[in-house]
Amino acid sequence: MLLHTNERIYEKKAVMSEQITGAQSLVLSLEAAGVTDVFGIPGGAILPLYDPLMDSKQIRHILVRHEQGAGHAAEGYAAASGRVGVCMATSGPGATNLVTPIADAHMDSVPMVAITGQVASSSIGTDAFQEADIRGITMPITKHSFLVTNPDEIPRAIAEAFHIASTGRPGPVLVDVSKDALQALTDFNWPTSMDLPGYHPVTRPHAKQVREAARLIVESRQPVLYVGGGVIRANASAALLRLAEITGIPVVTTLMARGAFPDSHKQHLGMPGMHGSVAAVGALQKSDLLITLGARFDDRVTGKLSSFAPNAQIIHADIDPAEIGKNRYVDVPIVGDLAEIIPDLIAAVEAENALNNRGDYEGWWSQLDHILQTYPVGYDFPTDGSLSPQFVIERLGIISGENSVFTSGVGQHQMWAAQYIKYNKPNTWLNSGGLGTMGYAVPAAMGAKVAVPDKTVWAIDGDGCFQMTNQELATCTINDIPIKVAVINNNSLGMVRQWQTLFYNERYSHTNLHTDRIPDFVKLADAYGCHGLRCESQDQVDATIEKAMSLNDAPVVIDFVVHKDAMVWPMVAAGSSNDEIQYARSIAPEWGGDE
Amino acid sequence: MSRHTLSVLVQDQPGVLARVASLFSRRGFNIESLAVGPTEVPDVSRMTIVVNVEGAPLEQVTKQLNKLINVLKIVELDPTAGVSREIMLVKVKADADTRSRVIEVVQLFKAKVVDVAPEALTIEITGNPEKLTDFLKVMEPFGIKELVKSGMVAIGRGSRSISDRSTRPADKSGERTA
Repeated sequence: MLLHTNERIYEKKAVMSEQITGAQSLVLSLEAAGVTDVFGIPGGAILPLYDPLMDSKQIRHILVRHEQGAGHAAEGYAAASGRVGVCMATSGPGATNLVTPIADAHMDSVPMVAITGQVASSSIGTDAFQEADIRGITMPITKHSFLVTNPDEIPRAIAEAFHIASTGRPGPVLVDVSKDALQALTDFNWPTSMDLPGYHPVTRPHAKQVREAARLIVESRQPVLYVGGGVIRANASAALLRLAEITGIPVVTTLMARGAFPDSHKQHLGMPGMHGSVAAVGALQKSDLLITLGARFDDRVTGKLSSFAPNAQIIHADIDPAEIGKNRYVDVPIVGDLAEIIPDLIAAVEAENALNNRGDYEGWWSQLDHILQTYPVGYDFPTDGSLSPQFVIERLGIISGENSVFTSGVGQHQMWAAQYIKYNKPNTWLNSGGLGTMGYAVPAAMGAKVAVPDKTVWAIDGDGCFQMTNQELATCTINDIPIKVAVINNNSLGMVRQWQTLFYNERYSHTNLHTDRIPDFVKLADAYGCHGLRCESQDQVDATIEKAMSLNDAPVVIDFVVHKDAMVWPMVAAGSSNDEIQYARSIAPEWGGDE
Repeated sequence: MSRHTLSVLVQDQPGVLARVASLFSRRGFNIESLAVGPTEVPDVSRMTIVVNVEGAPLEQVTKQLNKLINVLKIVELDPTAGVSREIMLVKVKADADTRSRVIEVVQLFKAKVVDVAPEALTIEITGNPEKLTDFLKVMEPFGIKELVKSGMVAIGRGSRSISDRSTRPADKSGERTA
């Protein structure tokens, strides 16, 4: 498909007969692959590439301040738009700075191509200046990687990299190009076909398995649609909505799947997992059939695996055969693209319905409604009058609205942003779910804003996370990328502190960041040419957010000074069974119903 | 724990051995032996990997291996329906007194003396792992000075070839037609 859309470009370029440099060929290849935006930093080994890049009419290169920012920006770009994100760095330290975002993209199946300069091929292996074996370093965290030392191989490597990154289970692909390959002369030939005999992702589901799944669905009494981030990557949200509505089955959306199914929908039970809603966690535990769509039975969802959903049969649909049966035994495996599986499943369920085989979930819903009403997701306000972080985040979601894109860092603020913002559309909630990378929010928001410039993009960040990557505010200001940042400033590494409160006798070893003294985030915003706002009381929250919404000429940073002892609830302690979920500290839900 | 022999067809490209080997170590598998070499198909190499694992994790490692772009095909060889061989070179102490006894054992095992020195014999022996172990047991009393093994190679019996369709497209999507 990729090749098809760019056929016209290929024909245009193919006319050229004179030889060009490898660097020019790489720029033409990126253009042929449809690239319009790249995040990166030049340096010695990749310098030849930056020269022709300057002349590209199609590609906008955004100069970031740290390569990690380039990587997360590419991730945010991809996650907000579904297009492949591209980042660039030079050899050695430039390339190793990309390692964290590459690992992050690998864990969360983000389509990304990372291009790195490498020392000249004659110097490879000699410990030359700024030499690092980045292909070797990233082997376990990339979907695939290339080391190109022959300029003639550049177009094919780029074409294959984009194809591999964006098809099957998406993921990061690294293309490492030696400096001499960029400098040497070559002919540009955009490949018309792929030569990947070992790469054939299965997209068409097996019809027999789909029919078997439909049979289990109509026979089950307590089914749950366990929806993961794969539904968003597959662009299958509309199909999912239809499947849920024709069956009437309750839905849970994992941290990576927030927005895959509307939060406003009455069949939505919320997020499962360590900080999931009691209804979502309880539904999985009591279910007799999990219809697992693009989810991977992550330990943060299952809790203690041996006691996860003990009575449930499992239908597991995923594009990656290796996910099926990895953690949990599967009764009906379906390998394929969810965009094809879900419509087939709908047809198969309708065929069962036509034979008058219809699921009866009335009793199930009355149990679930009871849990939903008894244990709604909610929070208490601090008694000392300080600002509630949950309230801030909830108001942000309401005031900015469902068309906004929200990114987050990792920790308490991330969980609150997943719990208290209502997501009704896919690709509006971007976070680091698998790797848990602090510092993701600001650069990812920057990438998202470049990909979808018409949308309001909020980075909801913690004061710890924010200090890891906030240098990209300079990039945002200079390149007119007006993101909005809400720093949920609780003066500490909040989630770690929460664990110290609960599991380490309130011994707060090295979690106090002293952010109340240093730095001053408003001054920091000012230094970066951003609007800096501060909010310390509840009555100022709406006005501050509205003020931020009205400022679009530069990035906005709000320092929300919040209560430091607020905790994320509900919670399943690490390694515990989901049955031991606590609704609030020392409060276990009473399940009621048939138990 | 049980022993499994995997035949893995791979594209003969730089880094492919590192990809396969590191995948095993990352997923917590110990490779007992690994032998790699060219095949009858140009640009396709074959690895014979012997691992000691439980049944279920083997499936997981096979699936993960299959995700490597350069891996074309993986077949687990059934030990009863295949032939497996290893080559070993052993330097055994042998002076004028013991040399004839050592040579007698060499002949019994259909092995071969490939080098003779006043104090030692170098012996080449080929066979399945059990035969090699037995041979070493008998040689031990003479004194083993040095030994080297090639790692096991294995092939299925009969006329079928595992590389028949491996370089053709769509071979890995076997699930579709199953």
